[in-house]
Amino acid sequence: MNSHPIDIKINPKHTNRRIWLSSASKYLFSLSTVFALVVLGVLIYRIVSDSIGWLNFDFLTNNLSIFPEKAGIKGAIIGSVGLMLVVIPVTLILGVSTAIYLEEYAKKGKLQRFIQINISNLASVPSVIFGLLGLAVFGRALNLGSSILAGGLTLSLLVLPIVVVSSQEALKAVPGFLREASYGMGAGKWTTIRKVVLPVALPGILTGSILAMSRAIGETAPLVVLGIPTLILKIPSSPMDDFTALPIQIYYWTLDTVLTAEYANLAAATIIVLLGVLFILNSVAIVIRNKFQRSF
Amino acid sequence: MNQQHKSETVYEVKGLNLWYGDDQALKDINLKIGKNEVTAIIGPSGCGKSTFIKTLNRMIENIPIVRTSGEILYHGDNIFDKTVRVEELRTKVGMVFQKPNPFPKSIFENVVYGPKIHGIKDKALLMEIAETSLKSAALWDEVKDRLNDNAYGLSGGQQQRLCIARALAVQPDVILMDEPTSALDPIATAKIEELIDTLKEEYTIAIVTHSMQQAGRISDKTAFFLMGELIEFDRTEVLFSNPRDKRTEDYITGRFG
Repeated sequence: MNSHPIDIKINPKHTNRRIWLSSASKYLFSLSTVFALVVLGVLIYRIVSDSIGWLNFDFLTNNLSIFPEKAGIKGAIIGSVGLMLVVIPVTLILGVSTAIYLEEYAKKGKLQRFIQINISNLASVPSVIFGLLGLAVFGRALNLGSSILAGGLTLSLLVLPIVVVSSQEALKAVPGFLREASYGMGAGKWTTIRKVVLPVALPGILTGSILAMSRAIGETAPLVVLGIPTLILKIPSSPMDDFTALPIQIYYWTLDTVLTAEYANLAAATIIVLLGVLFILNSVAIVIRNKFQRSF
Repeated sequence: MNQQHKSETVYEVKGLNLWYGDDQALKDINLKIGKNEVTAIIGPSGCGKSTFIKTLNRMIENIPIVRTSGEILYHGDNIFDKTVRVEELRTKVGMVFQKPNPFPKSIFENVVYGPKIHGIKDKALLMEIAETSLKSAALWDEVKDRLNDNAYGLSGGQQQRLCIARALAVQPDVILMDEPTSALDPIATAKIEELIDTLKEEYTIAIVTHSMQQAGRISDKTAFFLMGELIEFDRTEVLFSNPRDKRTEDYITGRFG
């Protein structure tokens, strides 16, 4: 059996080199992971140790105060919740509708490609720019000032591209043969989308949307540009009221640590609360994804 | 009575041409499909047989670059006419696809999908439709105790029969089948073929198949397509035993394809 045209000779030196390269690259890559983990660990350690003794039930339920011992983040929590109450319906309705139009209705042509590229680009525009846009349109032109509504709409603009793109991906992933089956029964386009496409795409849409929400809830820059007040002692009671939000609270307390050292502890405690909220949101996204994961 | 039925024409295709962009996929097709007949469409890959059957319920138009010319008369009316609504046409002309494509819903919800979108809400009536359709598709006995289970738990052959039941649930007149057994094993294939034999009592069936044996076993008439042309169309036993065209003979004797 000498039919093979090439006679491969084993060269031990080559083999040694390849084995050495293999293990070297393994250590290199695991080192990068360890680096990221160490940074994260140090960060969490510092925040947690700063916040010890400050993060308690009173801190969550007290109003803001200039005295660090009395200060609480009730206002910021209500403000953040208020923002979400604006962002969630606005982005879900507009974002999912846009995605449905682009994926299911729009003719695949130059215009559709142009819109597509623009939406993808918008997703990577720095958030400060959205803050400026929100200030000009919602704050000034529509005269909403620095209210919850203005902030919520600005944040909606910011995360809308993310919701659109992730919903589009979810719609694209719905197999064509399911649409065919529905059309083949005499179903119209909207019936097919509502009864077949959307239920299958829903977990993907929700996962993307929740991740977008967690981006919105942690965003500071656009709110700073909108001019969210430094110190709000009044708890907002309507969408038109001025407000403060968790990331804003962190930002201002961090700025003022030079004047009052305890503000650093307050900021750390607030960071823990915000991280907790983000952690819960992301967990919900993962649970939804796993629960509804289907195989075709 | 039956004899009279046989002579009634369901489909009359006249001078049908179809293009994908600049590529012509169907060239001047003329044929008639009679009521309660099983018409098999055979030919090598890429000959246009799937394209042709998907033109009969205008599913082919889901591909945006498709253009057609010519006429397809369904009970005397041109299906390309502006007044024809595809939703209504496809209700009368059901389709079963190459790969079983149940919805990711329960067995029951799959079968009543069609009746539901056509406005039937009555639970008892839906249940009755589900039972009749599943019985007609010879699946009832296998699934009657687990109608609320997910359809993806069924075997491939059961899934395909479920898709047939789903198509029957809207009480169509014609059933188009696009290689319905190509993804199935021989036993499941035999069951589907048996089913087609009983279904033709009530329905008119057009079936694309890559298997000449299958065409021979189940069809009354056979159409042989080659490179977008209808080469020969005749009673199945005539076409297989005594083909008029040399190309048909070459194909059925296995000289190409």
